[in-house]
Amino acid sequence: MNAIEIINISKTYKSKTKTITALNNISLEIKEGELFGLIGPDGAGKSSLFRILATVLLPDVGSAKILNYDVIKNFKNIRKLIGYMPGRFSLYQDLSVEENLKFFATIFETTIEENYDLISDIYKQIEPFKNRRAGKLSGGMKQKLALSCALIHKPKILLLDEPTTGVDPVSRKEFWEILKKLKSQGITILVSTPYMDEANLCDRIALIQNGKILDVDLPENIVNKFDKDIFSVASDNMFLLLNDLRNYSHTLSCFAFGDSHHLVIERNKADENLLIQYLSRHKNLSVKKIEPTIEDCFMQMLQSEN
Amino acid sequence: MRQLKFLLIKEFQQILRNKLLVRLIIAVPIVQLVILPFAANYEIQNIKLSVVDNDHSEYSRKLINKFTSTNYFLLNGYFYSYKEAIHQLEKDNAELIIEIPKNFEKDLIRENETKIFITANAINGQTAGLSVSYSNSIIRDFNNDIRIEWLQPARINSLPTIEVTSSNWFNPKMNYKYFIVPGLMVLLVTLVGFLLTTINIVKEKEDGTIEQLNVSPLKKYQFILGKLIPFWIIGLVVLTIAQIVSFVLYGIYPVGSYLTIYLFAAIYLVALLGFGLFVSTLAETQQQAMFIAYFFMMIFILLGGLFAPIENMPNWAQFLTRLNPVSYFIEAIRMIILKGSGIKELATHFGIIILFAIIFNTLAVYSYHKTN
Repeated sequence: MNAIEIINISKTYKSKTKTITALNNISLEIKEGELFGLIGPDGAGKSSLFRILATVLLPDVGSAKILNYDVIKNFKNIRKLIGYMPGRFSLYQDLSVEENLKFFATIFETTIEENYDLISDIYKQIEPFKNRRAGKLSGGMKQKLALSCALIHKPKILLLDEPTTGVDPVSRKEFWEILKKLKSQGITILVSTPYMDEANLCDRIALIQNGKILDVDLPENIVNKFDKDIFSVASDNMFLLLNDLRNYSHTLSCFAFGDSHHLVIERNKADENLLIQYLSRHKNLSVKKIEPTIEDCFMQMLQSEN
Repeated sequence: MRQLKFLLIKEFQQILRNKLLVRLIIAVPIVQLVILPFAANYEIQNIKLSVVDNDHSEYSRKLINKFTSTNYFLLNGYFYSYKEAIHQLEKDNAELIIEIPKNFEKDLIRENETKIFITANAINGQTAGLSVSYSNSIIRDFNNDIRIEWLQPARINSLPTIEVTSSNWFNPKMNYKYFIVPGLMVLLVTLVGFLLTTINIVKEKEDGTIEQLNVSPLKKYQFILGKLIPFWIIGLVVLTIAQIVSFVLYGIYPVGSYLTIYLFAAIYLVALLGFGLFVSTLAETQQQAMFIAYFFMMIFILLGGLFAPIENMPNWAQFLTRLNPVSYFIEAIRMIILKGSGIKELATHFGIIILFAIIFNTLAVYSYHKTN
């Protein structure tokens, strides 16, 4: 059974001067017990989709169902089944950690004690600071508290909108460990992230851009589907190198990727030797054929979209 | 019920934790009631007076004495010409000039008639108006004095005159504070009830915490009650502080009953908080909320009859005051405190304020949506 079904949803925001299409005819199915990642850059429409699923935003067209409840008609049932963690930290900064948790437990008609086992792993990490005001917590701690609050009523489905944005790498890693644990307890998790490296941690991912879904698949399948050759190229003069690579006859795309450039060309059109020959005027040149990452696939898809 | 109880606990935790806010809630009514009744005093005293006496007669001296012997006027000096005197007025050394013409005494005795020229600085229209009317009554008094003086040898009462003696009902000494303090109480309750509620709800919007409440099974009425009850209580606390301060400081206590005041305030606050909630649904940021709230506060106060009597306003403005809940509370609290009116006499006021409460709250409930 599908935990979440999104059927042809569109949402536009209108202002006097312009109309922004946040979601453009999106359909998605998320299975029960899945850890599903919504991957896309800022402004892709991820938060709008989350807010529609959380029943706080109405779609213009289309419908969505959560555990067979319609997000518009049966929103009351849904609110008891989901735990929603908005992208922005939205707990009471002037209440302590414990008071926040207690408050949200009560609002959701439960108590901390009743569901303590579910949150104990996470809450133990922030329990030493339970008398500290939420506003005084570090970024990672805040997210753990927010997750605890979203979990306190034992939801069947977790909607986590960019939970790791602005969180340090260690806390990010810890956070994903927690998500895996929650998944093993049978909770369906829909998580969004702008970080491509987190895509591999999901069971399935959807790549989203400009309100459209580019692809939905297992992370490894998305990589496997990549039917082009990809090279990592670096030299002393990176700027000149980028220009040279973009002017190369077989180049499909070339982007700066950390300390090297990723060059995408049609399969078997060139190899390392040919490239070294072409780039002979560069010093300290290194050319290496590499396996594509999700990010490479995403960039390529964007390229072909345009 | 448990949810509502927790909402209230949370709200009070937040308010009490905001030390500055708590201090302000207590200090504002005290400070305002200590300072404003003195500052907002309409009685005008020590009006600076310049005199141009062209007659230098016994009568002219008597008239000037009559002016300077009151507290209202303070003699700035005698001048030889009107030109010199007007120069004093221009330099703000004088607010009123009296010019007594030449042959003032002679004309008065021979022709039975003479004229005095009075000039008032009308930069402040109120001072000017009052000082002219004070002058008129002093001159009238002077007039009566000389008539009586002349008539003494003859039969008294040969000239019929009507003497007006007024008595100020409900405020016998015309104590300005009796009039302004009850109005200030209303102002304070309004300030706390309206401004704080509005900003508090918008803060939840700005912080995004309202989003968490919106996805919860919390019912709309629970949320609204959770927001209104704390400020309803705070409003009544402020009213109590105001009552204590005005009794201790000014000896003002209601001729009517405290119960009537509190009953009216309780309903008034429901109306006001509903309006605050409505405004908060319009605003997205605290800045917007503050500005909208201030806009209404200004109108509420200026069209509320606190400073300027409603009867003096043009008809269209009088009509607007009828749409202003503040004007009803000011009127009602004055009636209760000064006149001793009870629920029976205030039935219309109660009726209208209940109507306001229903309208504002319906409006607020309809415009507050958990989903957008």
